[in-house]
Amino acid sequence: MNIYVLLKRTFDTEEKITISGGKINEDGAEFIINPYDEYAVEEAIQVRDANGGEVTVISVGTEEAEKQLRTALAMGADKAVLINTEDDVENGDQFTTAKILAEYLKDKEVDLILGGNVAIDGGSGQVGPRVAELLNIPYVTTITKLEIDGTTVTVTRDVEGDSEIIETSLPLLVTAQQGLNEPRYPSLPGIMKAKKKPLAELELDDLNLEEDDVEAKTKTIEIYLPPKKEAGKVLSGDLNDQVKELVHLLHTEAKVV
Amino acid sequence: MTRKVLVLGETRDGSLRNVSFEAIAAGKTVAEGGEVVGVLIGQNVSALSAELVQYGADRVVVVEDEKLNQYTSDGFAQALLAVLEKESPEGLVLGHTSLGKDLSPRIAAKLSSGLISDATAVDVAGGNVVFTRPIYSSKAFEKKIVTDGLIFATVRPNNIAPLAKDESRAGEVASLSVEIKDLRAIIKEVVRKASEGVDLSEAKVVISGGRGVKSADGFEPLKELAKVLGGAVGASRGACDADYCDYSLQIGQTGKVVTPDLYIACGISGAIQHLAGMSNSKVIVAINKDPEANIFKVADYGIVGDLFEVVPLLTEEFKKLKVHS
Repeated sequence: MNIYVLLKRTFDTEEKITISGGKINEDGAEFIINPYDEYAVEEAIQVRDANGGEVTVISVGTEEAEKQLRTALAMGADKAVLINTEDDVENGDQFTTAKILAEYLKDKEVDLILGGNVAIDGGSGQVGPRVAELLNIPYVTTITKLEIDGTTVTVTRDVEGDSEIIETSLPLLVTAQQGLNEPRYPSLPGIMKAKKKPLAELELDDLNLEEDDVEAKTKTIEIYLPPKKEAGKVLSGDLNDQVKELVHLLHTEAKVV
Repeated sequence: MTRKVLVLGETRDGSLRNVSFEAIAAGKTVAEGGEVVGVLIGQNVSALSAELVQYGADRVVVVEDEKLNQYTSDGFAQALLAVLEKESPEGLVLGHTSLGKDLSPRIAAKLSSGLISDATAVDVAGGNVVFTRPIYSSKAFEKKIVTDGLIFATVRPNNIAPLAKDESRAGEVASLSVEIKDLRAIIKEVVRKASEGVDLSEAKVVISGGRGVKSADGFEPLKELAKVLGGAVGASRGACDADYCDYSLQIGQTGKVVTPDLYIACGISGAIQHLAGMSNSKVIVAINKDPEANIFKVADYGIVGDLFEVVPLLTEEFKKLKVHS
């Protein structure tokens, strides 16, 4: 099977967020594989181990994403492709990324594409379904289980807590939800091997794309931090009185009940 | 500039979801005085048209087919694309729900349009329709505009106030016949786990439990309180990982994002993972034994104490309040 994973390098949002020059300050911040994409990498490896084939991890971004691609290779992916847009795309959006990915994938013999259902930085969750539509293949989002039997695929999808059991077929794109699996940590031999695995670097030119073809349809005009919250009121005194006071405050001061 | 804006009315168990009324309000802003057209897709959904109009839609287009009795990406995309083709709107708004998240990127890809997902506010400023949306797990916000083509957005439930319901409003309801074919992914079964009553992402009150609830039974007092307040029960990742409850209840960076009017965190320490899912709630109450717990930093009101003592007392007190008011 030809399995592809769409992977995004993201800011670790457990970090403190500050803004400088109208942008999120990335100096010294930790960058990781988007956690939902990690589930996708793990699932891809498991599907390959069960069915044979090859796992290719793709990222659209800058040279710095090589580190996260190497991590995916160390987990067990076979090949990596970095589509470096540093020189060509200044302010891309989801239209941009999906278009580039689809352009790369369109002449590949794709059986299965996996990605995270959302990235924790931008949080739009658009790229996976957009790519599927551009490739004209079916997709299922927020999956928690994947079973493949020949070309028949049974998927469990999380729908706001309920589960749908969906039957579909390859070729297919799925996006991972938490609960799909437990991503493995790269082993030491895995990390050693990853250094020798192929990592191809492409630019828009290599995909016969012009900057205009991928120009964003949306634009961010301002980034700001939420207003700092005033310290709350921690009640004191007899517990019964605290509870009475809380209910009173919620009713008369906060007016939420 | 006035625009024609389409708004998809989303149903759940035969009723319209609140987020659809919020989406109409957002659509009104995008329309800048133009027409807002409600869209209903499903089986036997036309009866809901009147309510869309009462909440601000000027008219409604209905696509009904037995193949649309459940949401599928293929079926709903065909129906919505047919409506879009017929109406040629300048704007499109959906709820940022499971359905909206699944369907909207596909529509955007098909139309080669932009899409602003998960907006929490929409305004017109400086000649632009400006959407506000949380980024970096709600630790920052961005303001975003569409620079080319359709103004297309999904709106996060519970953030944009719906217009007041006006039962005197009337609008035309037209049905559009669409041939639904080639469903490539078929729903075989739906396993209901979450929804005992109130939907977590739309609930006005959420009572949430963390590791402090100690067991599955430990959620019982929280459920009691939720019942009295007409709210939903949620959980932290810690409580889910410890198997005290199903992952469908998880609120956080992984899990659901909620913005209720009142969020009561019981025995939750307040890890960043959790805060990402609830920190934009309007009023936050923390109940925790540990006075140093991080949750108190985001809480508007806090009680330092054992949730198993505090929560039942709260339930009683709210019961009294409900009787008196």
